[in-house]
Amino acid sequence: MLKAQKSAAALSRHASRSFRRGLATVADPPVRRYGGLKDQDRIFTNAYCRHDHGLKGAQTRGDWHRTKDILLKGDSWIIQTIKDSGLRGRGGAGFPSGLKWSFMNKPGWEKDKRPRYLVVNADEGEPGTCKDREILRGDPHKLVEGCLVAGRAMNATAAYIYMRGEFVQEAAHLQQAINEAYAAGLIGKNACGSGYGFDVYLHRGAGAYICGEETALIESLEGKQGKPRLKPPFPADVGLFGCPTTVANVETVAVAPTICRRGAPWFAGFGRERNQGTKLFCISGHVNNPCVVEEEMSIPLKELIEKHCGGVRGGWDNLLGIIPGGSSVPVLPIDKCGEVLMDYDSLKDAQSGLGTGAVIVMDKSTDIVSAIARFASFYKHESCGQCTPCREGTTWMMNMMNRFVEGRGHRREIDMLLEITKQIEGRTICALGDAAAWPIQGLMRHFRPEVEKRIDAFRAEHGGVMFGGRMQGSTDPTLALPDNLGPNLIEAGDKPQPTA
Amino acid sequence: MLALRRSIALRSIARRGLSSSSVKRSDALFVHRDTKYNNPSIPFEFSKENLTKAEEIIAHYPPQYRKAAVIPLLDLGQRQNKGWTSISVMNYVAKLLGMPPMRVYEVATFYTMFNREPIGDNFVQVCTTTPCMLRGSTEILDTVCSHLGDIKPGETTKDGKFTVIEVECQGACSNAPMMVVNDDFYEDLTAASTKKVLDAFAQGQKPKPGPQSGRHTSENSAGLTALTSKPYGPGEFCTPEFQ
Repeated sequence: MLKAQKSAAALSRHASRSFRRGLATVADPPVRRYGGLKDQDRIFTNAYCRHDHGLKGAQTRGDWHRTKDILLKGDSWIIQTIKDSGLRGRGGAGFPSGLKWSFMNKPGWEKDKRPRYLVVNADEGEPGTCKDREILRGDPHKLVEGCLVAGRAMNATAAYIYMRGEFVQEAAHLQQAINEAYAAGLIGKNACGSGYGFDVYLHRGAGAYICGEETALIESLEGKQGKPRLKPPFPADVGLFGCPTTVANVETVAVAPTICRRGAPWFAGFGRERNQGTKLFCISGHVNNPCVVEEEMSIPLKELIEKHCGGVRGGWDNLLGIIPGGSSVPVLPIDKCGEVLMDYDSLKDAQSGLGTGAVIVMDKSTDIVSAIARFASFYKHESCGQCTPCREGTTWMMNMMNRFVEGRGHRREIDMLLEITKQIEGRTICALGDAAAWPIQGLMRHFRPEVEKRIDAFRAEHGGVMFGGRMQGSTDPTLALPDNLGPNLIEAGDKPQPTA
Repeated sequence: MLALRRSIALRSIARRGLSSSSVKRSDALFVHRDTKYNNPSIPFEFSKENLTKAEEIIAHYPPQYRKAAVIPLLDLGQRQNKGWTSISVMNYVAKLLGMPPMRVYEVATFYTMFNREPIGDNFVQVCTTTPCMLRGSTEILDTVCSHLGDIKPGETTKDGKFTVIEVECQGACSNAPMMVVNDDFYEDLTAASTKKVLDAFAQGQKPKPGPQSGRHTSENSAGLTALTSKPYGPGEFCTPEFQ
């Protein structure tokens, strides 16, 4: 008893001695800053095409180095490595890649005699996105090697790389890489001497944004119109030519060999938990020096722009808003731009998304309404026409947005427009409907006063506007008008009428 | 009585037309109309080397899915047919692949890269989607149109040398504004460099594709901020077993 007391006293004395050194009793975990990736950690070392993109040049940069050993490690080792690395799909949805690839190896897959395909989505068409292009023309061997490694992981027999038809130079570089790899025995019947047979084919599309959607891409590859399929069955069960298929983005596939060689912990060491790795960001719009750059995930948006692009035109305070992930994600206003990190979770919390990592910067000189209206016409042009909400809705949204550019509308129409977006969202086969709806929702969320200002200014100048954009002045006052055309509604922005 | 009057009023409005503009459902006609220059009796066949290429392409796909080659073959046919896909090209591809012609027409009308009307010698496509628009693509489009003799997007110049169209995002946004002439991207344009590029094409030359501002590809134009050191070599920084 006494002894216990004594030891307790000693313990407390010991503890108090150590506490004396600092007043704070609970130490904050060290704040980790993200960004500042070193060249030695960049995967795409020829992103700027300053070196040889051919086989020789690629090999001096470490491609095809002991690929045979990676293949011989087997499918479950590769998948486990990718899972441990925390790689998430780089095409926009951010689905964990290791998990997705493992869907191909269901129990008993060996009994299935069908061929199995890896399809690489190089149909980069999202406005703002130009990252895959740098891989395709600068580092095509990384992609071909990635096809082999990812194909081995999912026990695929062949890979089809579906590239958008506009990329002619890129297709030439990639075809050269494929031919060189065949000639060197790196792919083909006995790929890298591992006894594993694997073919890689390049397929060029013909200019349809919708073919970037995985099932539309499969349809297009089969020689049909690029109209998305209803899921299920998922492509991992019934995909290309009725066989098990996995569709993956260029960047996801191309980083796989480097992750296998440098180890999953290396890749997982970048970025925040659940958002690990490095990523190609493409910055366009109103920055001093737009560029494509590989950076650590979770780099603060502001740092990305100031460090690599020479800052926003006219200084950070001249910023109006940023679209952080390509045309399909909502715009962020300046106060949020200053605090978000470039990763899936942080941008999701800010009611936007990382998408493809395509940062579109807009400064105060931008006409934000017409910028978003241009997106609306893009989606109208690219809607495949299969689902009614999207086909009709994108047209409606485009028409309304085009009217709002000059302000020819009614304040209540803003809510009608928002209702249309809600009616499209989630009611279509693929995500194009959602993608068309979100930019408009983002605009109204953050810049509604700007739209209202225009409507008020237009009314003040030209008189009342009815629903649908028809001018009240053009109606015949001797005829009755139904009230649901909105001629007699008082607008919140109207000046009180002098009483007669 | 009141109801009657209202219905008359409504009808009279309807007669005057609630939508005053003409209905335009698409930017291109989806139906084929036989014309002198585009009808099924005009013969078309692949040249010898294109036929070899076509066979190589068909071999990429499983034998029972020959039709998967329809897009590459239509592209091949379009290139041979002066840049546009006539009904004869479609019929020929359908015959070659053993597909119903209708399935080929469906594909040819769906994808924007198939021109179903003749085009000029040089096909100028100016990107006007938002990232390019922010960097001044409207000015570039106006410059192109006025420099080629006041034509509108979608039209061909009188001498048949140029066709101009407005296109959606071409995937070179960090190099905006940009245009595509035939197969090549001309990026980082200004009004002056646009004119220069067009003038060179008018004289039958081919200017150097890529950024026209002097930068190499899509790096920071004020100086590299990444990839400044020599790229690492094989095995460097790898785990011990892959060194």
